[in-house]
Amino acid sequence: MADAKVIPFDDDRSRGSAVQRPQRRRGPGGRRKSSEHVPVRDVRQVRETRTTGDVQTLPGRVAAQDDGPVTPEPAEKAASSGNGLERRLAGGLSFLRRRLTGDYEVDDFGYDEELTDQVLMSLLRPVYERYFRVDVKGIENIPAEGGALIVANHSGTLPLDGLMMQVAVHDRHPADRHLRLLAADLVFVLPVVNELARKLGHTLACAEDAERLLAQGELVGVMPEGFKGIGKPFSERYKLQRFGRGGFVSTALRQGAPIIPCSVVGAEEIYPMIGNAKTLARLLGFPYFPLTPTFPWLGPLGAVPLPTKWTIQFGEPIPTDGYPPEAAEDPMLMFNLTDQVREQIQHTLYKLLVQRRSVFF
Amino acid sequence: MLVTGAARPLGGRFVRRIQRDPQVDRVIAVDAVQPEHHLGGADFVRADIRQATIARVLAETGADTVVHMDITATALGSGSRATVKETNVIGTMQLLGACQKSPTVKRLVVKSSTNVYGSAPRDPAVFTETTPPKSLPSGGFAKDTVEAEGYVRGFARRRPDVAVCVLRFANILGPSADTPLASYFALPVLPTVFGYDPRLQFAHEDDVIEVLRIASHEPERGTLNSGTFNIAGDGVLLLSQCSRRLGRPTVPLLLPAVTWAGSLVRTLGMTDFSPEQIRLLTHGRVVDTTQMRETLGFKPKYTTAETFADFVLSRGPGLLPPEALAGAVDRIAALPVAGGGKPPTQSAN
Repeated sequence: MADAKVIPFDDDRSRGSAVQRPQRRRGPGGRRKSSEHVPVRDVRQVRETRTTGDVQTLPGRVAAQDDGPVTPEPAEKAASSGNGLERRLAGGLSFLRRRLTGDYEVDDFGYDEELTDQVLMSLLRPVYERYFRVDVKGIENIPAEGGALIVANHSGTLPLDGLMMQVAVHDRHPADRHLRLLAADLVFVLPVVNELARKLGHTLACAEDAERLLAQGELVGVMPEGFKGIGKPFSERYKLQRFGRGGFVSTALRQGAPIIPCSVVGAEEIYPMIGNAKTLARLLGFPYFPLTPTFPWLGPLGAVPLPTKWTIQFGEPIPTDGYPPEAAEDPMLMFNLTDQVREQIQHTLYKLLVQRRSVFF
Repeated sequence: MLVTGAARPLGGRFVRRIQRDPQVDRVIAVDAVQPEHHLGGADFVRADIRQATIARVLAETGADTVVHMDITATALGSGSRATVKETNVIGTMQLLGACQKSPTVKRLVVKSSTNVYGSAPRDPAVFTETTPPKSLPSGGFAKDTVEAEGYVRGFARRRPDVAVCVLRFANILGPSADTPLASYFALPVLPTVFGYDPRLQFAHEDDVIEVLRIASHEPERGTLNSGTFNIAGDGVLLLSQCSRRLGRPTVPLLLPAVTWAGSLVRTLGMTDFSPEQIRLLTHGRVVDTTQMRETLGFKPKYTTAETFADFVLSRGPGLLPPEALAGAVDRIAALPVAGGGKPPTQSAN
């Protein structure tokens, strides 16, 4: 994909400068679904109905997150919401009780479904909904059951795109599917990070783990670009890097799982990486050490990502169950399929970029 | 039948149990020290498997099945680590040498451990019998098992007429188990590695005895009991879950501090808090037990969680018994309004 010149970035920027004008802001709200991006008041209403709607699944957690919408609520709607609050409280306490006594289950990979659903997802959701305002397209392309391999582009210096993909699948998919991401080995070396990753259901990106998860009928997410994708300089944004050695294709072929290409737009600009301190990276044992306009010059403040507007598009599934069992050993077929997936992601990226009106809105 | 390592509680239990099987005429229990427990009607022969006398014992008794249970992590009584290593490695070599000379031996069962896989962040989440370890254990008990298993494989090549079964047990727990992990869980406060929550798997003593029995008899129809098998209860427990169910508080320490404290404790000779133990408590280890179910035809009675529950029952409550915590939460719930301000992050770790 050498012809990556079509990206209309200048166009973007000229419209991005129109940010300040309020009527410009009105526009997108009217065009999108009302739950997406309208002024604060409406968002809060949507949120309230959602939290009271499924008390069972989110007892007290969301409420405890942002005090704003919750405290005035009982005053407004007296009886029903007061009851809901009590139930939520009881739910929260029984959750606390289970956690404190260790009475919960994790699977072989260390995935803690309860903790993910009730705590970790509620922590990520504000970032997903309010900060990056993620637009999800083509969620219907993810099958309601059975194993499937979601292959996405990787960008943004820190792997926030994977986490946002996980929230997108968790919140938007009608069948309540959970995305199991495959992560680099560095994730499992770092303290705290490895613990959280395991509890979120991530596992090491290796053929054994991926096949085991697919065989269990799980939805597996992989970013075959790896560090090459996430740590590429800002000037190469939205240019897909080499897709590893195509191992993900043979894994999917062996399990007969469909491959779902996924394109993420917006993650490239959260940390514009203008330089790479290679010596420092080598000293710390990291694959790269990003230098952005703000990091590390502003210290921890520089580590705050830019509030870009994201779009995640899940593409048409590519079936792999029509091939004979020995197909997984056929390097030609593997390269062809890898290219097909790669091109589909790249084309969707270009299409989304043309449609995008601005980086931030 | 000849059983080594009979002076240990687990070996003693196996000797007592196996005599009740109709296929077994006579059991010869071997160990270097006199066992403290009774061995039923078994004949005890005091022999050190590190010496060549074991060959004579084997030849005189004409045993047809050898169960090697003398590969252990901890010394019996006041033995040093060097003696344990020698028993594990040289003992296995001597025993295999004796078996090779003996024309009567038809079956060999070796009690190994899942320690052979090591534990490293770059390993797959679940080990199968064929997974090659990414980082070989560098020393200690894990290295002993790797070496002993190497000799057993060599023996299996040289004597193809002998059915060889290697059983890799996950951490054995139970009311009387004397494994390093059991003594770790006996500490009043559990030191853990900060930022890591390892996945652990346990095998119950009763299941260990049962699977050793299956392996030392003729295979049942449709099953095969020669080869290498992972043995563990179903499911996984995190160390944090273990400590909460046990009611013992944890003290997270930074990894270098843990390593340093471990070596200090080892020099003082208090417990065997070995490097591979620390690695296990950092990265954890989970094995796949499909082969155990489908090929060996063994279904464990206890899951990992049940094994641990049984272990907790035998140990008594810790400083923070789960019942007390649950009671405290219930009392908060009983209060009319309070409890709303609980920070959600409290339970996140």
